[in-house]
Amino acid sequence: MSNPFGNRTSDLLDISGLTVALPLGGRHRTVLSDVSLRVGAGEAVGLVGESGSGKSMTARSIVRLLPAGAHTEGSIRLGGADVAALRGPALRDLRRRVPMVFQDPRAHINPVRTIGDFLTEALRAHSRTPRRAGQERAVRMLEEVGVADGRRRLRQYPHELSGGLLQRVMIAAALLTEPHLLLADEPTTALDVTTQAEVMAILDELRRERGLAMLFITHDLELAAAVCDRTAVMYAGRVMEVRASDLLHQHPLHPYTAALTAARPCLDRRAERLVTTAGRPLSAFEAPDGCPFATRCAHVRQRCHDTRPGLRPLAGGQVACVRAEELHQERAVPHE
Amino acid sequence: MSEAILRVEGLRKVFGQAVAVEEVSFSLPRAGALAVVGESGSGKTTVARMIVGLDRPTAGRVTACGRDRSQPARSARERRRRGGEVQIVFQDPYASLDPRQSPAAAVEEVLRLHTRLDRGRRRARVAELADLVGLDERQMAARPARLSGGQRQRVAIARALAAEPRILILDECVAALDVSIQAQVLNVLSEVRERTGVAYLFISHDLAVVRQVTDDVIVMRHGSVVERGPTGQVLDAPEHPYTRLLRASVPGPGWRPTRRITQQAKQAKETR
Amino acid sequence: MTAVAALLGRGRRSALGALGTTAAAVIVAAVVLAVLGPALSPADPDASDFANAYAPPGPAHPLGFDGQGRDLLARLLTGARTSLLGPLWVVALSMTAGTVIAIVAAWRGGWLDSVVSAALDVVFAFPGVLLAMLVAAVFGPGLSAAVLALSVAYVPYIARLLRSAALAERRKPYVQALEVQGAGSVAICLRHLVPNLMPLIAAQATLFFGYAMVDLAIVSYFGLGVRPPAADWGVMVAGGQSGVLQGYPAESLLAGGCIVVLVVAFNVLGERLSDDSGQSGTSGPSRWWRPGRGGTA
Repeated sequence: MSNPFGNRTSDLLDISGLTVALPLGGRHRTVLSDVSLRVGAGEAVGLVGESGSGKSMTARSIVRLLPAGAHTEGSIRLGGADVAALRGPALRDLRRRVPMVFQDPRAHINPVRTIGDFLTEALRAHSRTPRRAGQERAVRMLEEVGVADGRRRLRQYPHELSGGLLQRVMIAAALLTEPHLLLADEPTTALDVTTQAEVMAILDELRRERGLAMLFITHDLELAAAVCDRTAVMYAGRVMEVRASDLLHQHPLHPYTAALTAARPCLDRRAERLVTTAGRPLSAFEAPDGCPFATRCAHVRQRCHDTRPGLRPLAGGQVACVRAEELHQERAVPHE
Repeated sequence: MSEAILRVEGLRKVFGQAVAVEEVSFSLPRAGALAVVGESGSGKTTVARMIVGLDRPTAGRVTACGRDRSQPARSARERRRRGGEVQIVFQDPYASLDPRQSPAAAVEEVLRLHTRLDRGRRRARVAELADLVGLDERQMAARPARLSGGQRQRVAIARALAAEPRILILDECVAALDVSIQAQVLNVLSEVRERTGVAYLFISHDLAVVRQVTDDVIVMRHGSVVERGPTGQVLDAPEHPYTRLLRASVPGPGWRPTRRITQQAKQAKETR
Repeated sequence: MTAVAALLGRGRRSALGALGTTAAAVIVAAVVLAVLGPALSPADPDASDFANAYAPPGPAHPLGFDGQGRDLLARLLTGARTSLLGPLWVVALSMTAGTVIAIVAAWRGGWLDSVVSAALDVVFAFPGVLLAMLVAAVFGPGLSAAVLALSVAYVPYIARLLRSAALAERRKPYVQALEVQGAGSVAICLRHLVPNLMPLIAAQATLFFGYAMVDLAIVSYFGLGVRPPAADWGVMVAGGQSGVLQGYPAESLLAGGCIVVLVVAFNVLGERLSDDSGQSGTSGPSRWWRPGRGGTA
């Protein structure tokens, strides 16, 4: 399952050289710059980054939910088909096959309609399932996402459900259309930790049972590592590193990934001081020429400012850093 | 513990029919750092609001710097004095500053309220506080809209410290920040405590952050304290099932969410 | 013109768009005319010469004469001052009272808030124009009585909207941080709450200026506000009626046109300012809904 380079033919999602500029403050500003990422069938890929990194924008690009006036370059292929060419019914079909689960479920559900209406609406519209059968399936699906007493839930309204419960309803709705790829945009960020653990467990289990691929967007490197086969780290609208999740966390290749790991306090011990990086995370249009992390990087050299590194293979992953090999050697030597 | 600078005894708060806080007692030593850990609905924020006087306790006592503050302040002087004892930093960095006031002006306003410093001295003190939280002169003169979340939170900390409080309540003050910014603010908090001897009441749901910043911890659930002790001890060897559940829910190396945790959650609910 | 001043002072003219900028320009022009009116006037507005009754426009009198042989342009220019001064008073009085009531209610909360809200609801039930006419009937006609009555009638509309905005602002952490600091309530309200509500206050003032113009014109039309022979647009619309019947509609049309143009300008600008301040401008179901007219509109 974990296959860093992916087998081209089995790639479910193939993003290649994606650059997106949005109209902000009267002119177009780059928010994604040359993003390339692949998700194989049944694979879970994490997309990790801080604010402005472009992780949500990447997901929105896939289902063509970008703000009006966006300029897009590069290609997004889903099951071999070019997403940019889709129109009308084909586009709706895409969004059904690639459902998205958002951070704030309440903002994405009609508050005056029942849970039952919400769950069966999609079914009836797309596959013309009769009402009864649709409800049966919805109840079964709710059971699968750990919502007991499904019949009663179908009659309830969103405001009667807690955030955790509502997010499970959203997951149920996403899975009802039997998708091949799920886009999860910070689905547990607004939830309590114990609820997060439950929701993640459900998501992880169902995904594995159904061989469903997932692009999991989060700011939490450790959460991504726990549920994803591979993780991509984004910064300033670019992919800095893609690697198998366990390796990424323990032996990061890119200095930015290393900085992100070091900045997070540890549950098991108290650090004298947290290792911090000066400055704040940048958006793509604020980033300097050359490596976008160069102005904040502890390992910076002149050539980092001169050339903008692309992703290249290293140690079973991909990394966009001109000094990656050197730094990898340096780090590897003391351990051996 | 006669050294306690903040003491909370039998605190209770009822909103209408709902009991938000029930029989909460703890004490915070001088220059100490106590974490209040819990999830939403645990009552941890209500405890903080009662200590600073934004909510009135239904029952119980709050004593700060040896003086009772369970009842609303009667005079302007009393209000100011209380302000000089306990300060608070809120979670939302985007609403915690007046959008029309520069950070320097916000800090200076507090200095005018609490000190008799002249204009020049106030300026110098503003610069000192800015330095303490790692903000430069340009940032202190900017409009809040031009500052990032982390910078705003530093301003909020500087503004709270301007009153030279003995106790600073930090209510989820790094929860809304990016990981790298969060680390910067946490370091600032450690330095401030070392340099000023201010005591922290650190309200958070994030166990790793709590470990980094605090000495002791109380764990709250449904308005009551379920476990207390030194932070390291409670996190390494949690005794109450709910604390164990919290600990087990934190993703980390080797963590894998399973429905086992769902079972644990059920157990924890039953034991309560 | 608080709104225009606030607008220009903050250099946000471009945010108004072409229509909003035009509206602002119309208002500024009207204000200039109102100030300079009597000086610009080509003739004495009150000098009547029945030989010139309904005389058509000529080189010295570009708009001609009314039924009493008074120069129409002179009367329009002089009338601008009264026609703008009345609404200005209404807006100043009702905005001040409305803002104070709103902030006190929002800040204190509890029983005071409930009492204030109930009292506002009672006044709310009175159509402004009707109240103004009632007052004029009891205390005798005149501009000040009409202005006072309209001001009272507008307060609930202003206070209601500002109260909810003030409540939202009051709950923000920066205000609560100041409370924890021990800052006084009055200081917090004056230094922080009011300045942050100012964009909304300015927008409301602009909208209500338009409403007040129409309402005062109506009151004057019925002879209960500004008294003839004083020049006022509302009085002119009424005075020109007999001319309309005789086939000389110029006086009523011109005065009415001035009112319509300015009211539209105030409405447009008020709407734009409201959009800008992030609040819905008209607190009613449609943009043509206006206060002070009960259900008759």
